[in-house]
Amino acid sequence: MTLPAAAAGSSTARAPLEVSHVGKVFGRRRALVDVSATMRPGEITAILGPNGAGKSTLLSIVATLSAATSGTVSWGEVELRRNSPHRASLGYVGHEPGLYLDLPALDNLLFFASLYGVVDAPARSRALLDRVGLGDVPSDAPVRTFSRGMMQRLGLARAILHRPSILLFDEPSAALDPAGVTWLATELAHERAAGRVVVLVTHDLDAAAALAEHIVILRRGRVVRDERRESAWGAAALRAAYDESCRG
Amino acid sequence: MAEGVPAEGPAGDEPSPAPPAVVPGFLSQTVRIAAKDLSIEWKSREILFTSGFLAVVVVLVFSFAFVVGGTPPPSTVVAGILWVAILLSGVVGLGRAFDRERDGEAVRALLLAPISRTAIFFGKLSATVALMLTVEVPVTILVDVFFNARLAGHAGRIALFLGLGTIGFATVGSVFSAALLRSKSRDVLLSTLLYPIVVPLLIAGARGTAQVLDVAPDLDAATFWTQFMAVVDVAFLVVGLWAFEPVITGE
Repeated sequence: MTLPAAAAGSSTARAPLEVSHVGKVFGRRRALVDVSATMRPGEITAILGPNGAGKSTLLSIVATLSAATSGTVSWGEVELRRNSPHRASLGYVGHEPGLYLDLPALDNLLFFASLYGVVDAPARSRALLDRVGLGDVPSDAPVRTFSRGMMQRLGLARAILHRPSILLFDEPSAALDPAGVTWLATELAHERAAGRVVVLVTHDLDAAAALAEHIVILRRGRVVRDERRESAWGAAALRAAYDESCRG
Repeated sequence: MAEGVPAEGPAGDEPSPAPPAVVPGFLSQTVRIAAKDLSIEWKSREILFTSGFLAVVVVLVFSFAFVVGGTPPPSTVVAGILWVAILLSGVVGLGRAFDRERDGEAVRALLLAPISRTAIFFGKLSATVALMLTVEVPVTILVDVFFNARLAGHAGRIALFLGLGTIGFATVGSVFSAALLRSKSRDVLLSTLLYPIVVPLLIAGARGTAQVLDVAPDLDAATFWTQFMAVVDVAFLVVGLWAFEPVITGE
């Protein structure tokens, strides 16, 4: 089976990601209410909000891991539903690295490369290990023995292994030390420059301020602010926007 | 950077010029999932050692209890011992079946990959069946030796019983193990949920094995229990396929 055209490279690969009137209900609780936003390629979108605002739920829906109760997520001509084959165009980095801890780094990448049908898997995997600074890690060392930062680096390598057009990050810096956070910021900027749609869910306003041109602030499942600027927001402007949106 | 790899960077790592990926077919996906599990187990031998050790202990304890003065117990008891050993050791293996997906949230990455959920199910199931059978072979030989059970004379039928029982047991176990992926009490819950459901297989396996091992084997009855187990396996597989996707995705 060949991947959908959008994943392999077509006009859709440069299309924005459109979240349109998305709602999500868990039992009697409405986690998301009529959420709409457009995330453009070559731009970092930061989804912000207090705990329980629905940020991770929204990201899970965009990642096709969860189904929206209402509304749609579309990317170019294709609709991204739960289990959509177009999920091959997504890369996801979460709190946890999404790796098999008993396998070495290279084996992890080769396994996922085989599932995605990456044609140059061995070379691509080794190149990515070099890129994320794990090229000199002993080849037989299981991921379980890695530090948290090393796992996150490998998690990023796993997420971009298949050259996705959309990259989703859910609190990726939560367990990183300052050096790791700096490294991650560089990688995010790199992915933006590569023309990917980059969506970042975070509590870290400073990181979002330094990187994101587009912010979507959620509060109690609703979008209370959706604003973009020509360049990154800057700490003071973002803090003011966040406080204003989340007040009350 | 390795030769032949597109240069990383704004120009070289863009999504559009990526080589067209060809997602492996269903069978290939299944084999890759199973091979990954078996590869991990080959390195750690964690499941094999723990479940194998438990099975051997069960057989040893029963041998001390039932072999009195060198006289082996009746075939019904020997069959029961064999199946209890398999059941207890199998739960240990099944309890660990999805641990590797849970640790590090590998399951999320697996679900994001463009592969069939059914392939994940069959891949996990195949690996579990392979591991259980690997434990069952020496345990069966041990039962034969300790209880003078004449298993070798009916190797084909015994293998059929064990194969059918293992497939059914692993099918239900894989679904429950996936369902309990995010549960903190999964070890306790797995046994509690699994045993009542696999009782028909246990009864059929024990009765069928006993019929074969009897001094005067009743092969017609053994055939009936074989067919019964096959029907139960099909039912378990159908329900397992239907239930697996919702439980693994948690929706």
